[in-house]
Amino acid sequence: MARLIRTEKEVEGRFEEVWLAVEEDPLTQWPAGPRDVVGRPAVRKTGPERARGEARYTADLRLPGMLHAALLRSPHAHARVRRIDLAPALALPGVRAALGPGEAPGLDEEAGFAGAPVAAVAADSLAQARAALEAIDVEWEVLEAVLDPEEAVARGLLLGEPRRYERGDFERALAEADVIVEATYRTQTVLHNALETHQAVCEWVGDTLVVYISTQYLWGVREEVAEAFGLPRDKVRVVCEYMGGGFGAKNGAGEYAFVAAELARRTGRPVRCALTRREENVAAGNRNATIQKLVVGARSDGTIVALGGEFVNAVGWSGWSSSTEGPMKMLYACDNVRTVTYGARINTPPMKAFRAPGFVEGTFGLECLIDELAARLDIDPLELRRRNDAHTNDGVPFSSKNLAECYRLAEKHWERRHEVRARSDATWRYGVGMASQIWYGGGGPPSYAWARVGSDGRATIVTAMQDIGTGTRTAMAQIAAEELGFPLDRVDVALGDTARGPYASISAGSSTVPSMGPAVRAAAADAKRQILELAAQRYGLEERALDVRDGMVVSADGGLSVAVEEVVGLLESGQILGKGARGPNPAGMSVLTFGVQVAEVAVDVETGEVRVLRVAAIHDVGRIVNPLGARSQVEGGIIQGVGHTLSEQRLLDPETGQVLTRTLDAYRMPTIADVPEIVCEFVDRPDEHLTNLGSKGLGEPPIVPVAAAIANAIRDATGAEVRELPITREEMLRALAAARERERRGAPAAV
Amino acid sequence: MPELRLRVNGEEHVADVPVGTSLAQVLRERLGLTGTKIACNEGHCGACTVQLDGVPTLSCITLAHAVEGEVTTIEGLRDHPLVQAFVRADAVQCGFCTPGQIVSAAALVAANPSPTREEIRHRMAGNICRCGTYPRIEEAILTWRD
Repeated sequence: MARLIRTEKEVEGRFEEVWLAVEEDPLTQWPAGPRDVVGRPAVRKTGPERARGEARYTADLRLPGMLHAALLRSPHAHARVRRIDLAPALALPGVRAALGPGEAPGLDEEAGFAGAPVAAVAADSLAQARAALEAIDVEWEVLEAVLDPEEAVARGLLLGEPRRYERGDFERALAEADVIVEATYRTQTVLHNALETHQAVCEWVGDTLVVYISTQYLWGVREEVAEAFGLPRDKVRVVCEYMGGGFGAKNGAGEYAFVAAELARRTGRPVRCALTRREENVAAGNRNATIQKLVVGARSDGTIVALGGEFVNAVGWSGWSSSTEGPMKMLYACDNVRTVTYGARINTPPMKAFRAPGFVEGTFGLECLIDELAARLDIDPLELRRRNDAHTNDGVPFSSKNLAECYRLAEKHWERRHEVRARSDATWRYGVGMASQIWYGGGGPPSYAWARVGSDGRATIVTAMQDIGTGTRTAMAQIAAEELGFPLDRVDVALGDTARGPYASISAGSSTVPSMGPAVRAAAADAKRQILELAAQRYGLEERALDVRDGMVVSADGGLSVAVEEVVGLLESGQILGKGARGPNPAGMSVLTFGVQVAEVAVDVETGEVRVLRVAAIHDVGRIVNPLGARSQVEGGIIQGVGHTLSEQRLLDPETGQVLTRTLDAYRMPTIADVPEIVCEFVDRPDEHLTNLGSKGLGEPPIVPVAAAIANAIRDATGAEVRELPITREEMLRALAAARERERRGAPAAV
Repeated sequence: MPELRLRVNGEEHVADVPVGTSLAQVLRERLGLTGTKIACNEGHCGACTVQLDGVPTLSCITLAHAVEGEVTTIEGLRDHPLVQAFVRADAVQCGFCTPGQIVSAAALVAANPSPTREEIRHRMAGNICRCGTYPRIEEAILTWRD
């Protein structure tokens, strides 16, 4: 019987209490280490379709009679539509409908940033729709725009109350510390820029609204759209089979989906609304800039006694104030911590979750601060981290934590620093730096899966989840194949459509494998049990003496060995149907991921050029399901992190609030030529308390420590303190000049 | 509307297309060859890469009427060994940039079957992959004949 419980749910570092019906999960975890399928490298399911250009993305969808929508955006950072006349646009050739403020969610009278959508047009062609936007007559009331986050905090322009946290007696601990290091760190606004822009195609079929959308969360879109249009949820069908990247910016519906649905309703035709690349750079969400005023107090033996931080998240017009203070609260054993976090509501484009929101920014500040402390104390940075490793999360035990093992595995990379530094000459300085990682990634219920086994002895896992490019289909197929005892090539995964499978969790917050994997395993176990029941009756054997191995039903004594298709084939068109649900997370425990990265850099002290040469990443995320896909996640996260650290920056005109970096030429993401050598290792120990799988998520952990590891390597190489991202040549030269000035005054410049 | 004649993947196509239409648009909207992706539509990312007489070309900033010669898209390279090499090396994450990557890589290995890492980094730098599959792409191209 299902049990009704109250439990805590975490997504992207945000918690809520939810009711949950949990099924008993009788499955015990598999032993650690590679199994027949799980834990062994598997090439991607649907890899060939993607590589051959056959995969049909939302961007490729063309429905008969489809119209194209375009959005009119505010030219002002803060303004109100005083009067709008859509008639001139509607009179133009090919234009079929137009929407003004208030006529679809996301089209508001008040434009809170330059680029906020206020109106939309649908026309036979995209060119006609765009031309019609020009004809819309708008009278704007220009309002005061606040662009500076510190000004916003001073004036109390905040999203919600400031978030305050304190444990112990911070003031007293700081006063009693032997050494205090204070520093201010700043991180910039960066953009997701998934290659498939935000887009949706909407179509009404009878009383059902079908939404084809590039999304990380089919069911979230379903709920938002159903609510917006007053529809029963089952009258909204959301489809996304292939998805061209999200990184957190596609966790919900967005105005493009609402506008397409409303225009489709009005015209009776399918409507596509797709952001252009320039719109993507202006209005599709970002990792917000932060300002972090940090302080650490320590005893001379390296024990951290006080940590404090004042954090400003420059959230923008909408979004949420993410846990920039999270790493400071959780990474180190420190009895006295005080943080306050302000979410500044300013007239800049909206924040959206971006790969470990808050923790990427907060780890840059904290882990640079820890290295500055190590330099002051003259203690090895690795040793300092070990001495302060947290054994509980503010008193709550960890479900599993192998950070100490990560540190042990990092030793050989850390040892390289002597040899790396020795390569330095007058121009190029070499150095090595490290940073630790903490983040969530435990996933949670609810999530469901079905397993269907046909008389051909093949299995299909059916669940309405999405594969956003992380290798979800493959990992789910591996888990199912392992449990069923099938070869991997006999298991498929059908996903991407709310009409053809049960509820599945969001693909965000490093939650896909830990949320969905246990449900898939449970469904496969249910199907396997039924296969064995059939075989036991057919061959007159005890069910518990039977097993499935490599697609064969076998008896313990070796007397029976018969192909699954022979057993299930008895049913002819009949099928075995298994179902599975995700169980609860362990009560009273913190489920977190850990890791450490060691970066090697070269800095040209004449030009300020920074080259990242090598990054060694060691992460502890429980059981690894697919080592091949896991490595790709780590490499991808590190490469995005290198962009975040060195080159990426959304620039705003400080006068008008207009985004200046609107193209992929101006917004500089890493190319293949910018990639360091990446070494990827895992502790690969199942979390014994977490689900029937013991796996945590891996999408986000690898990007978390990158910036701090690189900045610490730069300090190691040059003695310069870089406290601001991105570390452009200008920033590097400024830091080098400051270091020379410090040296001239007699302070030690190098570690 | 001036008539457009295009030779794509060995086939002749004739279409009425307004002057100013990009090759990418014609391929995707008229010929249904949606393997060629448009990600920036202004020549900055390489997702729309096709070959013109074997030379990698950004189809989103190429005017269809200006094209002379043979166009090869990903649909014409589906049996190229690079496709399997990309899958084997796990050089495919979301896959949106992948067709363009393979079209570029096919031109590279046609000119130089054994490129060095440096050559790969130089010749592939115009194809952006936001998922960061670059190390896998490098490996796929190094091992494309395996």
